[in-house]
Amino acid sequence: MNAIRRTLGLVWIAIGLGAGYYLFVNQAMPMWVKGGNDTVPAIIYTFILAPIIVGGMSILGYYALTGEYDQEHDSDN
Amino acid sequence: MSEKKQNLAYIIGASSMGTLIEWYDFYIFGSLATVIATKFFPADNPTAAFLSTLATFAAGFVVRPFGALFFGRLGDIIGRKYTFMVTLVLMGGATFLIGCIPSYESIGFLAPLLVLVLRLLQGLALGGEYGGAATYVAEHSPANRRGFWTSWIQTTATVGLFVSLLVIMVTRNTMGVEKFNDWGWRIPFWVSLIMVFVSFLIRQNMHESPLFAKAKAEGKTSTNPLKESFGNRYNFKFVLLALFGATMGQGVVWYTGQFYALSFLQKICNVEDNQVNIIIAFGLLLGTPFFVVFGALSDKIGRKGIMLAGMLLAIICYRPIFEKMYQTTNLKNKEEIVANTKVDVVRAITPKSATDSLITTTTLKEFTDGTQYKEVKKLMLLADASKKAPEPDIKRATTLNSSDRNVLILMVFILLLFVTMAYGPIAAFLVELFPIRIRYSSMSLPYHIGNGVFGGLMPAVATFLATRAKEANEAAEKAGQAVVNTQPYLEGLWYPILIGAVCFVIGLLYIKENKNAND
Repeated sequence: MNAIRRTLGLVWIAIGLGAGYYLFVNQAMPMWVKGGNDTVPAIIYTFILAPIIVGGMSILGYYALTGEYDQEHDSDN
Repeated sequence: MSEKKQNLAYIIGASSMGTLIEWYDFYIFGSLATVIATKFFPADNPTAAFLSTLATFAAGFVVRPFGALFFGRLGDIIGRKYTFMVTLVLMGGATFLIGCIPSYESIGFLAPLLVLVLRLLQGLALGGEYGGAATYVAEHSPANRRGFWTSWIQTTATVGLFVSLLVIMVTRNTMGVEKFNDWGWRIPFWVSLIMVFVSFLIRQNMHESPLFAKAKAEGKTSTNPLKESFGNRYNFKFVLLALFGATMGQGVVWYTGQFYALSFLQKICNVEDNQVNIIIAFGLLLGTPFFVVFGALSDKIGRKGIMLAGMLLAIICYRPIFEKMYQTTNLKNKEEIVANTKVDVVRAITPKSATDSLITTTTLKEFTDGTQYKEVKKLMLLADASKKAPEPDIKRATTLNSSDRNVLILMVFILLLFVTMAYGPIAAFLVELFPIRIRYSSMSLPYHIGNGVFGGLMPAVATFLATRAKEANEAAEKAGQAVVNTQPYLEGLWYPILIGAVCFVIGLLYIKENKNAND
């Protein structure tokens, strides 16, 4: 199980980066372009949500990859 | 009942009451958003509309997590009791003052600006309250009953929503809609002050958490809890795990089961507003006790299994449940009594122009199963044919028969069961994930990011997905092609399903059952 936990670390990093890209390009960018009231959610997507998802998932993935979340016994649930 | 148990019940009751009031205060603003908008944020004024958007988004997305950090730090340094008393007073004061602000017509831009500032203070207070109350109750509870006792705190968000709807309904029905819209909407805000005052007096007589007091007496509290929580790799990995393996999924399940269900019935199924409130209120009433049931069960079989089971069931059942809700209200599935159909057309000169006409068409339909349908269509006809007339305004309201209404109550109840499974044990889970010295800070941030940010985004993202699906269908129809999505009304559910699925896998693989840990 620990091997799976570590390998999936790459998946979490990929999901973090992919979600960040989607958020910025598909959600935030059109809002920035539109301006007006949409600026507020655009700021939130760009400066709060995207960093939380990209940064958080990438660090979680990195920790998983380096064995930080390994469990002594695989039945340890 | 022993004296110790009675004392514990008093502590839990007093803590829960304060947290309930804070949720009440927070939801009052949302529940009265339409009235507040007309008083403070006139839609035809772009700056006021901008401030309105800021008030809506910033309170949940920015200030709540910031409040978690700010008050979490205080709570880990000076103590749980004083910190969550400050948040209570801050929330109560801000709520009361929102009810006192003169309207935009009276004081101009100062009105929406003041509302914005007070709304931000509300968000700040809420960010600090939950972690304090959950930690305080958990640190008073015996380790083997922590899930049960903290689950009372978990009921407060749902009960707070219920009470806010109830106070608004009672005030509106007592005063009449006109008076309520004029000034009566302020009463639910003023009521908060009385509730906060009572709660403050009760909390004032409570003692500091015994575990924190002991740690402080032994000099074991943290001098820099934020650095220890988020700058220390060992603790930070648990903060990330709490966020991505628990609170993120819990947040979307919570919002889908309550707010999205309400919005889905109103906007997509076109169920009449009062009937929606009744359906949601009964669903909440029936479901709320299960917070305690699952909290208590988590003391026996562990927190992780129940929370993840709630998420998994939600992921699997969302589409069938919302499809059932949609089909129950779908008029195509009902037989119309054509002879009883009434159409009334009224043509009048518009109030703003002496030449333009407003045609109001009211259609009433009855169905063999007792369902009634009302549609009011307002169409503007401009005297100047070269100008483009605005899109017709159509309001639809379906009043269901009692049998269909009960089916919807059952569906909302099932949705709420998932909420209670994912949310009931989570306070105990979060508390046990972190040591006493940094508990308040460490648990508050992932909770408010998971619940406030990921959960709070649910309506915006779901609406975006559903609208995109609808537009794709319309484009395909125009092009003479087959529709892309056969169920566009369910597309919004992909957000909670995907977030919940990622959270479920992370929680399943990486979370260790930590029941009774970090005592």
